[in-house]
Amino acid sequence: MGTTDEKKWMTEEDGIIKVRSCAWSAPGDHPTGCGVIMSVKDGKIIKVEGDPEHPISQGRLCPRCLAFDEVQYHPDRLLHPMKRDPKDRGTDKWERITWDEAYDLIETEVRRVWEQHGPECCFVITGTGRETTLWANVYATNVLGSPNRTGVISGASCYGPRCTMANYHLGAGYPELDYAAFFPDRYDDPRYEVPKYIVIWGKDPIYSNSDGLFGHAVVDLMQRGSKLIVIDPRLTWLAAHAEYHLQLRPGTDAALGMGLANVIIQEDLYDHEFVDEWCYGFKAFAECVSEWTPERVEEVTWVPADVLREAARAFATNGPSSAMWGLAFDMQENGVQAGHLFLGIVAICGYLDVPGGLTLAAPASFMGKWRYDAVVSLPPETRDKLIKPLDGRYSVYTTGGAMPGALGDTMIDWLEMENPPFPLKLGWIVGSNLLACSAAQPERWLKNLQQVEFFIANEIFMTPTVMALADLVLPVSTWAEHIGIVMPHFGRNTHFLGAMNQAVDPGDTKSDFQIMLDMGKRLRPDIWPWEDEEAFLDEQLHTEYDWDFKDLQQDVVRQQPFEYYKFRTGKLRADKDPGFDTPTGLVELKSSIYPMFGEEALPFFKEPYYSPYSDRISDEVKAEYPLVLTTGGRNILYFHSEHRNVPSLRSLHPDPLVTIHPETAAKHGISDGDWVAIENPEGRCVQRASLSYEADPRIIHCEHGWWFPEQTSEAPNLYGPFKANPNNLIPHEIIGSTGYGANYKSVIAKIYKVDGLDS
Amino acid sequence: MSKYALIIDYKYCTGCHTCEVACRKEKGLPVEEYGIKVTKQGPVKLGGAWMYDYVPIPSSLCDMCEDRIEAGKRPACVHHCLGACMTAVPIEKIGETVSGKGEKVVCFIP
Repeated sequence: MGTTDEKKWMTEEDGIIKVRSCAWSAPGDHPTGCGVIMSVKDGKIIKVEGDPEHPISQGRLCPRCLAFDEVQYHPDRLLHPMKRDPKDRGTDKWERITWDEAYDLIETEVRRVWEQHGPECCFVITGTGRETTLWANVYATNVLGSPNRTGVISGASCYGPRCTMANYHLGAGYPELDYAAFFPDRYDDPRYEVPKYIVIWGKDPIYSNSDGLFGHAVVDLMQRGSKLIVIDPRLTWLAAHAEYHLQLRPGTDAALGMGLANVIIQEDLYDHEFVDEWCYGFKAFAECVSEWTPERVEEVTWVPADVLREAARAFATNGPSSAMWGLAFDMQENGVQAGHLFLGIVAICGYLDVPGGLTLAAPASFMGKWRYDAVVSLPPETRDKLIKPLDGRYSVYTTGGAMPGALGDTMIDWLEMENPPFPLKLGWIVGSNLLACSAAQPERWLKNLQQVEFFIANEIFMTPTVMALADLVLPVSTWAEHIGIVMPHFGRNTHFLGAMNQAVDPGDTKSDFQIMLDMGKRLRPDIWPWEDEEAFLDEQLHTEYDWDFKDLQQDVVRQQPFEYYKFRTGKLRADKDPGFDTPTGLVELKSSIYPMFGEEALPFFKEPYYSPYSDRISDEVKAEYPLVLTTGGRNILYFHSEHRNVPSLRSLHPDPLVTIHPETAAKHGISDGDWVAIENPEGRCVQRASLSYEADPRIIHCEHGWWFPEQTSEAPNLYGPFKANPNNLIPHEIIGSTGYGANYKSVIAKIYKVDGLDS
Repeated sequence: MSKYALIIDYKYCTGCHTCEVACRKEKGLPVEEYGIKVTKQGPVKLGGAWMYDYVPIPSSLCDMCEDRIEAGKRPACVHHCLGACMTAVPIEKIGETVSGKGEKVVCFIP
């Protein structure tokens, strides 16, 4: 083999081909891009192992990648396009068709809607985390010619809020724990310092790999001496191993943040030099938090005042320390303010963009520019037809970023309107199992979406959502069957680019990208010049780099160049001046942007709508539903609603579990393993009791994403997505005034024993 | 008796189930059987502090992946362990491997 033709990413030994790649999904994960080696024999994957040469995962893998073969060769995988008469939705009357027939059908239906109603009447529904997160928005604009897509989730409560906050307060992408991910020699790099403390706030990273973080990096750092401060309503494994566990009442993060900031400022523990030179609005911020004594914080959050004080001191006086913020910030009405406080606290401690603190990436255009261009390729009059509230509310959300899409709550309102400005006629579900996973009030979503005349869905398995709604289902390939690029944090703070290398033939399935390209060429040919995905990726890479996809493919991983203290050298701002890329050029402790939208410039605490102390519900309701319900803690065996049909994984965790403190359970006559109904004024679900001190006696926790692939597929059962679904208990449109944040993780409930999942 | 010992620095075991699935795939075991199983203690308050520990225990099917070790690799569970807290060593090296690891360390000779 000559050196120029040598494929370093693909080797052969005894008739077995080994393919090195970076995994994404489907099935699987956020863009963590763990290194895998797939062993292929006779065109079939016989084993997946971790790649020891991968700088981040270093040979390690989680159970989902290890059990990948059970997805790849699952007897229920969708292998061919299928269509069904719209009158047969919810029944198993699928008819196998060819891709040409499927594409013809899509083209006919889209052109019919364009002509009869206008392109804005087409829309896309998308989910989270899968590779198709990169493409879903573009399906709307560059294929359907519509500005309308929705993530369904109430209050856009996933990642978007944190990115918007980072953008507005720091002028930067997502700030992340510094785990030396940019450096080839990782923790041994002389530029790096191990954080003395790591605040883990509102996330359980070791089981979630959230947003592209390799979660067990936290354990790597524990082994290297980092101590933990965990802010979580649950006594998680990390919390039990933390020096300080701030076990707060769900939804009170902003009050806790007020208290932490207040202790750090009152006790003069902050970094004066950083505050004086690089922060805007410190005095106002200090005044705003000054009334939040630890004792007041204890009353609101249930976190003992002394624990709060000691944790604040430990964090602020032991530099460098780091902090990570999680989905809990997105999933609350008051989350924008909690996030403001989180960013304020790490800034005044001087932990931004320093070794062992929180990393900030230099601005990058890779993929972002194309996605922006996609939006502006629409004529202005079509872009104006973005579905948004008719009274102009939620302006932070509806004007944020290049184009946010339609808020899920607004989409429901629109579908329920008697005479909407325009109807929704054609939907394309790209990577979402909303009925089992993201939708608050999922049965209300199902009812409303039935009015849409034609639904296309891309999936790897038949799901409740596809069975209920789709008229055409397109089988998508797995990450072993197509090429691609993995960017941790979706390009917003990307420590490496990873090649997704194809190992096996996709058969009659296609990638989400390929489907988009094929239909784009049919429907909007002027903006789809690329012959294939590789040509497309090369052009995108060339906006930042002087190398091609083939180069990345060879190396499998290319880490990004990185330097610290970019705020001093002008490398955080588009104009190259020192400082941060905000209107004031500084970290905005007092926002200069929010007031332009009529929002508060400074953070505040707002009691959750459904809480024991809420003044928005009656005392009778509070008395009837005495427990606080939190949801969505991750299980490493499952990625959201995926993997319930994978035997190796399901056998380790067969049932949806509600975690209840043993004393609380005893009071309700509930034993470990009993089926339990969880109910509030919005709805009800049933899960199996797991009695554990992980739960505070006043708080219960429900898992999310459950459906039962082993059950009847046809309506009304639809594999049972509503039975164990805690989103039945989450209200519609109780969200922040910005449009961001719904209380998925903080409502109230009562519990009682029942006979089974169906009772 | 195995020539190798499995040493687990279980203060860093997060109960992630990786070893269980990695072993099943390496050995081709059916779902009813297992070569290693994660056990859980807690969370429980002992002496005023929380204890919440996982310890994986190899089963009678564990052969320490001797064929992998002979080929210069690590056993499947050790290779994939997300907490990087498992080591396989020849039994004569148990002492030197364990010393310096501090508290919460177990050694199995399956």
